[in-house]
Amino acid sequence: MVILTQRLAEEYMKLNPGRVVQVNGGGSGTGIAALINGTVDLAQASRPMKDEERAAAEKSRGAQIVETPAALDSLAVFVDEANPVKEMTLPQLAGIYTGKVRNWKEVGGTDAPIILYGRENSSGTYDYFKEHVLNKADFSPKVQTLQGTAAIVNAVSRDANGIGYGGIAYDKGVRALALKKDAQSPAIAPSEATVADGTYPLSRKLYFYSLSNAPERVTHFVQWTLTPEAQALVKDVGYFPLSTGTH
Amino acid sequence: MSWTGRDRIRRVIDGSMSVVFTATGAVAILFIFLIFLFTFKEALPVFTDPEIRKEANLRQFFATAQPAERIDERFVWQPTSDQPKMSLIPLLLGTFKSTFIALLFACPVGVAAALFSSEFASRRLREIVKPTIELLAGIPSVVLGFFALLILASWLQDAFGFTYRLNAYNAGLALGIALLPIVFTISEDGLAAVPRGYREASMALGATRVQTAIKVVLPAAAPAVFAAFVLAFGRAIGETMILLMAGGNAAIASFSLNDPLRTLSATIAAELGEVVFGSAHYSALFFIGTLLFLITFISNSAGNVIIARMRRRMQGEAS
Repeated sequence: MVILTQRLAEEYMKLNPGRVVQVNGGGSGTGIAALINGTVDLAQASRPMKDEERAAAEKSRGAQIVETPAALDSLAVFVDEANPVKEMTLPQLAGIYTGKVRNWKEVGGTDAPIILYGRENSSGTYDYFKEHVLNKADFSPKVQTLQGTAAIVNAVSRDANGIGYGGIAYDKGVRALALKKDAQSPAIAPSEATVADGTYPLSRKLYFYSLSNAPERVTHFVQWTLTPEAQALVKDVGYFPLSTGTH
Repeated sequence: MSWTGRDRIRRVIDGSMSVVFTATGAVAILFIFLIFLFTFKEALPVFTDPEIRKEANLRQFFATAQPAERIDERFVWQPTSDQPKMSLIPLLLGTFKSTFIALLFACPVGVAAALFSSEFASRRLREIVKPTIELLAGIPSVVLGFFALLILASWLQDAFGFTYRLNAYNAGLALGIALLPIVFTISEDGLAAVPRGYREASMALGATRVQTAIKVVLPAAAPAVFAAFVLAFGRAIGETMILLMAGGNAAIASFSLNDPLRTLSATIAAELGEVVFGSAHYSALFFIGTLLFLITFISNSAGNVIIARMRRRMQGEAS
């Protein structure tokens, strides 16, 4: 989600000369760790803050944590454009990423090994996927971990047998699979409509985390990200504005 | 001013300069010592803190195996799992696989290039070849990694039909390119330093240029060539960015060179940014740092001892 905040910050600085927002990437864990350690005023995360992280931050910064949902994102599962597999159930996906399913023919594809790509363990996407797809089971050691969804999309687009996951905003040169909760449910492709009505099984909120005693320069920016013009920018970058999701 | 006065000034300058140089040398050694001390201090809870030892201890790192059939499921690095698994076996294997391929590529190619440059190339050609290879050392490793990630990996996969685009061959070859200038420069200097008399004597006995180069000059320069290998090994163990990008970054305990790999150094680079300070995972990463330090320290020291011994033997033969 660093590209989203980058765009938001650029637009904000254009509208508010004299106000400066500096954005760094690295994954949700990196941002939250920086908030705890006091090197940033504001952290973004694609997963909710854990209880122990809240406690650590409140202890080290001496203030309450303020959570502001900023956008919606759906986590897409990417395969090569030429891959005949078009849809998959979440249990199948879990089987693939825990290493139990090793060949595409087991999920209706050609007879070829499945090459796994995933995120670093500092990434909110990693945590989200582990919790909601793998049910907290361990990833297979064969998962090749890359820094950022863009790198995963790039790798999958070069690998006919590859599979990867990440924010839908990066869907370029690869195909996002339609997902089913289980074998009986319908296959749902990620789109604004399916994220909005909650039928797409893997969608999540993106958050801002700040402190209750944050200075005005921080709250001013956070408030601005919720305005219609900022939310239009959210859609521009490829995420979904908050208003779409009421679930 | 009298002559004795100038003499005194000169002596004072001389003396103070030697103090300055000794001090700078001492500062460099002090830094290394302090860095090691810091790294080791952060790794210390692995040995002393009972809370941390529940998750991270020597047995976990080197001996603990999960109950599974396949070797890649027995030794697992999953430090952020609900039940953290911190086996260093997959990371050690990754480091040694990539280092092995890199040395296998860089040592023969580097020495052959050095032999060509010092023994066979015309002076003009040599003046082109030497700076060009040495220029390789100036390429930032992130650029080499990027090249291997995007281009080299596709070439290798198209040529050999690898299952995994990013594998030990790709990572090792990219790393080998980074080692090439080290092996080349040091071997070349060593070869060029072999006295002319050796070559002339060999030729006078009727040996060809090839025989002279391989059977006389190369053995005479053996300490330098060996030093080049040792330094290249140290660099290969510590190199991070190339392997992070080109190795596929999957901690698999496997001996297969077709699998993706993850090295000790890449693990520190990838995970230290998000780790909770003072956690078992944090101490484990610093333990890896200490381990890397020890491996390079021991290999360099052993290398130095062997080089000194070879040099002594060589001089013994020469006199």
